[in-house]
Amino acid sequence: MNNTYMLTNRRHLLAGAAATAATVAAPAILRAQGGPLKVGVILPRSGYEAGIGQDCQRGVDIAPGVLKALGMPELTIINGDTESNVDTAREHAEKLINDGAQLLIGAFDSGQTTAVAQVAEQKGIPLVINVASAPEITEQGYKFVVRNFPTVQMLLSDELDSQKEVFEIAGAAPKTAVFMHVNDLFGTGMSKGLHGMMPKYNLPYTIVDEISYDPAARDLSVEVTKAKATNAEIMLVVGRLNDAMLLTREMIKQRWTPQAILSMGPGWYENQYTKTLAKMSDGPISLVPWYDPNKKLSQMLEAALAKAYPDFNLNTNHVYTFEALLVAADAYKRAGSADPKALAEALHATNITENATIGPGIKFDAKGQNTGVKCGAIQNRGGKQVTIAPKQAANAKLEWPMKPYQDRA
Amino acid sequence: MPFDVYLNVAVAGVLTGLVYGLMALGLSVIFGVVRVVNFAHGEMMSMAMYIAVVLFSSFHLDPLVMLVPIAAVMFVFGYALQSGLINPFITRPEHSQFLLVVALAIIIVNALLIIFGPDAQTVQTSYAYDSFAWGALIVDATKLYAGAAAIVVAAALFAFFRFSLIGKAIRACADNYTGALVVGLNVNRLYALTFGIGAACVGAAGTMMTLITDVTPALGPGYTLLAFVIVITGGLGSMPGALLGGVLIGLTEAMAGLLFTPSAKSMFSFAILVLVLLLRPQGLLGRRVA
Repeated sequence: MNNTYMLTNRRHLLAGAAATAATVAAPAILRAQGGPLKVGVILPRSGYEAGIGQDCQRGVDIAPGVLKALGMPELTIINGDTESNVDTAREHAEKLINDGAQLLIGAFDSGQTTAVAQVAEQKGIPLVINVASAPEITEQGYKFVVRNFPTVQMLLSDELDSQKEVFEIAGAAPKTAVFMHVNDLFGTGMSKGLHGMMPKYNLPYTIVDEISYDPAARDLSVEVTKAKATNAEIMLVVGRLNDAMLLTREMIKQRWTPQAILSMGPGWYENQYTKTLAKMSDGPISLVPWYDPNKKLSQMLEAALAKAYPDFNLNTNHVYTFEALLVAADAYKRAGSADPKALAEALHATNITENATIGPGIKFDAKGQNTGVKCGAIQNRGGKQVTIAPKQAANAKLEWPMKPYQDRA
Repeated sequence: MPFDVYLNVAVAGVLTGLVYGLMALGLSVIFGVVRVVNFAHGEMMSMAMYIAVVLFSSFHLDPLVMLVPIAAVMFVFGYALQSGLINPFITRPEHSQFLLVVALAIIIVNALLIIFGPDAQTVQTSYAYDSFAWGALIVDATKLYAGAAAIVVAAALFAFFRFSLIGKAIRACADNYTGALVVGLNVNRLYALTFGIGAACVGAAGTMMTLITDVTPALGPGYTLLAFVIVITGGLGSMPGALLGGVLIGLTEAMAGLLFTPSAKSMFSFAILVLVLLLRPQGLLGRRVA
């Protein structure tokens, strides 16, 4: 064998090795440069919160077309189910990461989201919280967790501000209120917060009675009887869909219509509520995180949802879940990489002004919390929701007082 | 609080309790004769509720009208279940029976979840929001109809067991299994009939319950527990006891919610159960076993 032959063989060997290395590395290079980001979306898709989780999923379903129209990179979605259970949330978050998820989104419920956040931080995988209000989640010093949703304190503060704005618009100053709430973590937390913050807001009413009830209750007739017996002018309520429907039916049967129902939680604006109760669903005011109907992105989302799910109105679950995906896509675009640290840095540097929810936009503080997100006041009208406050997001006039149920044909 | 508030709550509690009592009656009938504790009782009631919902949403058939047909469907289900699945386990250890019916309950809940999804489903009849007012007393129309139907069905059941030949034969099996065999009664067939009758009761109760509450797949286990509380309070195997227990629990829940706090309603129902177990373990109308 001569030296030229050996040199040629060595050149071939080196060239072949280089080609092999390039082939093996190509997917990673492609992923880093522009392949879809793998996003694990973890929600309560079964169990007692399944309805809400499936509603959030609608926000995921309409996202691809809207993100493409905005010039955002493509996302590959991997679904995870918390089964409405904290331990399962933790397990399935780990499973999503093991299955290749490069970023997580979720998880609606505060307890489940806390567990998912712990996993995300331990594994060094970014988590964008779509909906969860427990303040402690962004008080842990996590580097990989961001939240585009108000905390309980922000919710309460905004809701009390919205109440004042609603009373101003209505030209009303109700003197008495009955406060009804579910007796779980959400309801009791809101109750505690409300009593703590109310003195600072100089509201015109006094709470004459506070009535708590089981969130899984099948019958709320006693509760409504007690509320009616107070003769309160308005009703404040913190609950969910099931009890919103039960309370309304009982109020109709017991022939009681307060001047206003002010809800500081989900349920009263949800599709099933308006669809099931029809014209009996008109009137209640919900003080909730909501979208600004006057923003261009909101109108795009409304159109996309109307096409995909014509029987559903755009709501908090859809919009906040979409915005979580928007935040993820925007961060991926700026990072130019699916490297978790790069993504986390890009997330913390987020500054989206053209968003859908009420407020100046999406920007996270050092703790990963968007402190600019705001609540609004919406009212049920003709099977849909109209925005009453804040002024810049309003698209309809307030109806006050509520039309008595007995007068609705 | 004015007296009419207490009166309204008490009346609502009694009417709801009557429907609870009808549901528990089915459990009492099954245990009293077949000696099988049906841990799938609430789940069977959920099945009946879903049948009522489907018939209403698809064909606008009122649950009051469909009460008898749905009870008949559940009778067939109960008969087939007992003769095909449960009967071989009658002579087996109790833990085997327990596991069988609990497994059945889990299967029913998850089958309903797959078929109907997790969202609550409802029956919106034309009288869904109606109420009757007599002075200060306001009575929910749906609860009144449901309570009245429960009384009619319970009366029919009592009459069946007291006056019909089959009813007497079933009572004979319950009183003395060996004696029933000796006189030539077809005990297996009578057991299946009894289970079917119990299932028909729970079918009737479920149909009426759709007038009062929405249905979700997760409703079943709660009603199973409630049925047990009522039956143990009233007396296991005692039909009048089941009705009395239902009314007592319905009234207790309502008044406890009014006088104390609504979120502690169930606590008072269980407190009554504990008191009965301590002071009269056979139940209010049950027979003490020697």
